Amino acid sequence: MKKILFVLGLVVVMALPTYAQAKEVTFTTQLNNYRGDGAYLAIYLTDSEGVYQGTLWIAGKKSKYYKHLRDWARGSGMNRADYDGLTGASVTSGQTLKMTMDINDSLIDSGYQIRVDSAVEDMRDNRADVVVPLTTEGTGKPVNGRGYIHSFTYDL
Amino acid sequence: MWRKLHSLPGLFAALFLTVLAVTGAILSVSPALERSSAIVPAAGEVSVAQLSERVVANYPGTQQIERSPSGAVIVYYSRDGAQGADLVNPLTGQGIGQYEPSAFFRWVKDLHRSFLQDDGGRMLAGAMALLMVLMCVSGAFLLSRRVGGWRYLLKPFKGGGNHRIHVELARFAVIGLLLTALTGTYMSAVRFGVLPEAAGSEPSFPAEVSGGEPAPAGSLEALRNTDLNNLRELVFPYPDDPQDFFSLSTRQGSGFIDQSTGQFLKYQATPTNSQIVDWIARLHTGEGLWWLGLILGAAALTVPVLSVTGARIWWLRRRASGKVLNNADDTTADTVILVGSENNTTWGFARELHEQLTREGRRVRSVEMNQLAEEYPQASMLFVLTSTYGDGGPPASANMFMERLRRFRNTEGLTFAVLGFGDRQFAKFCQFAVDVDQALESQGLDRLEQVALIDQQSTEQFNEWGNRIADLTGVLLALTHNPAPAARFDLELIERADFGLEIQAPTSIFRFGVPVTQRRFRGIFGKGPGRLPEFEAGDLVGVFPPDNKAPRFYSLASSSEDGSLEICVRRQPGGLCSGFLHDLKPGERIQGFIQCNPDFRPAPGNTPIILIGAGAGIGPLAGFIRKNNTHNPMYLYWGGRNPQSDFLYKPELGRYLEDHRLTGLSTAFSRTHEGAYVQDKIIEDAPDVRQMIEKGAQILVCGGRDMALSVKQVINDILRPLEMDVERLKREGRYLEDVY
Repeated sequence: MKKILFVLGLVVVMALPTYAQAKEVTFTTQLNNYRGDGAYLAIYLTDSEGVYQGTLWIAGKKSKYYKHLRDWARGSGMNRADYDGLTGASVTSGQTLKMTMDINDSLIDSGYQIRVDSAVEDMRDNRADVVVPLTTEGTGKPVNGRGYIHSFTYDL
Repeated sequence: MWRKLHSLPGLFAALFLTVLAVTGAILSVSPALERSSAIVPAAGEVSVAQLSERVVANYPGTQQIERSPSGAVIVYYSRDGAQGADLVNPLTGQGIGQYEPSAFFRWVKDLHRSFLQDDGGRMLAGAMALLMVLMCVSGAFLLSRRVGGWRYLLKPFKGGGNHRIHVELARFAVIGLLLTALTGTYMSAVRFGVLPEAAGSEPSFPAEVSGGEPAPAGSLEALRNTDLNNLRELVFPYPDDPQDFFSLSTRQGSGFIDQSTGQFLKYQATPTNSQIVDWIARLHTGEGLWWLGLILGAAALTVPVLSVTGARIWWLRRRASGKVLNNADDTTADTVILVGSENNTTWGFARELHEQLTREGRRVRSVEMNQLAEEYPQASMLFVLTSTYGDGGPPASANMFMERLRRFRNTEGLTFAVLGFGDRQFAKFCQFAVDVDQALESQGLDRLEQVALIDQQSTEQFNEWGNRIADLTGVLLALTHNPAPAARFDLELIERADFGLEIQAPTSIFRFGVPVTQRRFRGIFGKGPGRLPEFEAGDLVGVFPPDNKAPRFYSLASSSEDGSLEICVRRQPGGLCSGFLHDLKPGERIQGFIQCNPDFRPAPGNTPIILIGAGAGIGPLAGFIRKNNTHNPMYLYWGGRNPQSDFLYKPELGRYLEDHRLTGLSTAFSRTHEGAYVQDKIIEDAPDVRQMIEKGAQILVCGGRDMALSVKQVINDILRPLEMDVERLKREGRYLEDVY
């Protein structure tokens, strides 16, 4: 129930960014030189237990590979409605993905986490490559990933 | 049409195709390498449950187990917060080593499928795969046309140099190349959405789980029922998450397993169409089919060679045909020149005629005879310039002419003149030109001028013919074409062995080498003047007699790798060139050039070879025997006059018999009390000869024309019970003649 409310909240926020109390958040994901094809990334929100709450961004265009973003896939059920309009190109080895979103104020400092799953063709899938709590304090502080992600930063 | 479809895309794509082929060949080794290091239990020996139990015992933080198509088992795990991947032994669950996909193979793979250029490159690679399909198909059509039908596709190929290499390799590789190209095209088409993807075979995540106490992986029924060899991957649930489940993917399907009950929560079998797609990918990559991968890789390795030889064939043809300038087209030409040529020499004459006619204001169309149009509505003059190939047959660019001529529509006022090129030394001098002349007449065309035959590319005769045509047509012609002479080289007589003096049939074996003074100037690649040109026994050497006019041709008894050029020559009564040779002393020099004769060669393989010769005709046959280092069965029938006087190569033949390069020798001497000829010896052995031919034996005849005729009759007699004849053997490349 909580999850559904959140999703609704997020959709509304994105549809009417000037209306609700929302913050513009910039996410910067820098990849390692893992020497492989373009990486698929899922950036999503979970609660403090790691339970999926909503999708922020999917890098990678072929939905048939999304199942390799394992935690996100399981949490979201890969429902198209969950990620529609939130996808972009995969990210090449060593490159940086930067994107900006409006996020409801109520989600910040409330125990929510941002997680990133990553996958590369013919290489291993990384569930929770990055796990970082979404807090005011954490802004601008790079977190190291444990898979293909070198560092992940969000700026509130 | 096929030739254009073959050569132009081929030239355009040669570089890309070579990259695809070489990288493909490298990648093809990968499945075999993986397979060689993988431990693959027998079917039914290890279940996924057993494997999981063993792996978890060694890797408590197991997250995922994968089995590659080649059988390698990989475990992904986390240990103390760090993630790792190891190859494990499926029998023990113990780690073998860290799993690290080769960066080199990855790079090669990227080069192979996208030229390292992402989607644009992938598209290009896909287009190249399609082009490769086209090359295979057009090449097969070209070859079938050249050999005279699909039935003859696998028969010994007549031709030499680049052509031979190209065809032999392509014949070997075409099935493999076609398979990789077709599967590659398909994969690319699917990727870019040209063809539909197989329907998604993933079941959706289960909504509910039993939520019971997790059972050990080794006890789960669904895993116990799955054989390791069918496994693709097994993803473990998160520890301490009762809502989570196992995700299992196998060859047969995929599903989710409850971690407590061990039953499938959801399962979906792989639909047939996605299994097919899977198979297509495996046929392309050789994954899990390492032996196929290696075969395809070997086939791919021919592509660079095919590219180079193909480009050279194209270049040589183009250079020789030289693109006629100002070529009119079929509908507007008032003059048509049809050219029949085996190696494009005749094109030189045709160009000269073309240029002069064009200069005189004619709209001239020059094409191969095979490109005869169905009609030339505006034309008033049709010239046919053609050589003759083999035994009175058409040269390569005219082998379909007679057929096309039947569909030719005559137009009012069209006259023709045929000019044949040949060599009077051969029996059927310009026979094909004569046949064409007849055929054009019976097609109802008016003859402008009687068929003219030009001996040994004589400039004078060509000029005279031009003058006659000029008189008849009023078009000013002064034809002066002088064909470029073949590259000549100096030869110094090293030694000679003389036979037959006592019986007034002097015959000598001459061995020539590179003159001593020239040996010092070796080129960087050994191709300088210090070295003999490339030749093989059975090729011809053209020798210029002292007056230096037309050369005479002799069959070579040695190969360039023997280090000397050997010929066997009988002194003809009054013979200009043979007399000149017979008067040579060691150290003296002659000038010569090589003319390839690749059709006159023993077929490779294990079928028996029957060599038949008389007199000096033994030369190339002795050369073949000398090179028979693989000891294929070879039988020599040879006829001389007197064993005491003209038994050519006697000591050598004895040696060859001893070391089994020669299997059997039968000699006939005509000036003894026996008075036998070579054909008599063949008749004596008729049953054996017949049996050998039945088994696929090849016959090579070398010597005088009369001998060759008698031999042919005898062989025909022998073949009659088999309902075969020499003509049929000739078509199959199993009866070859070098006759003078």
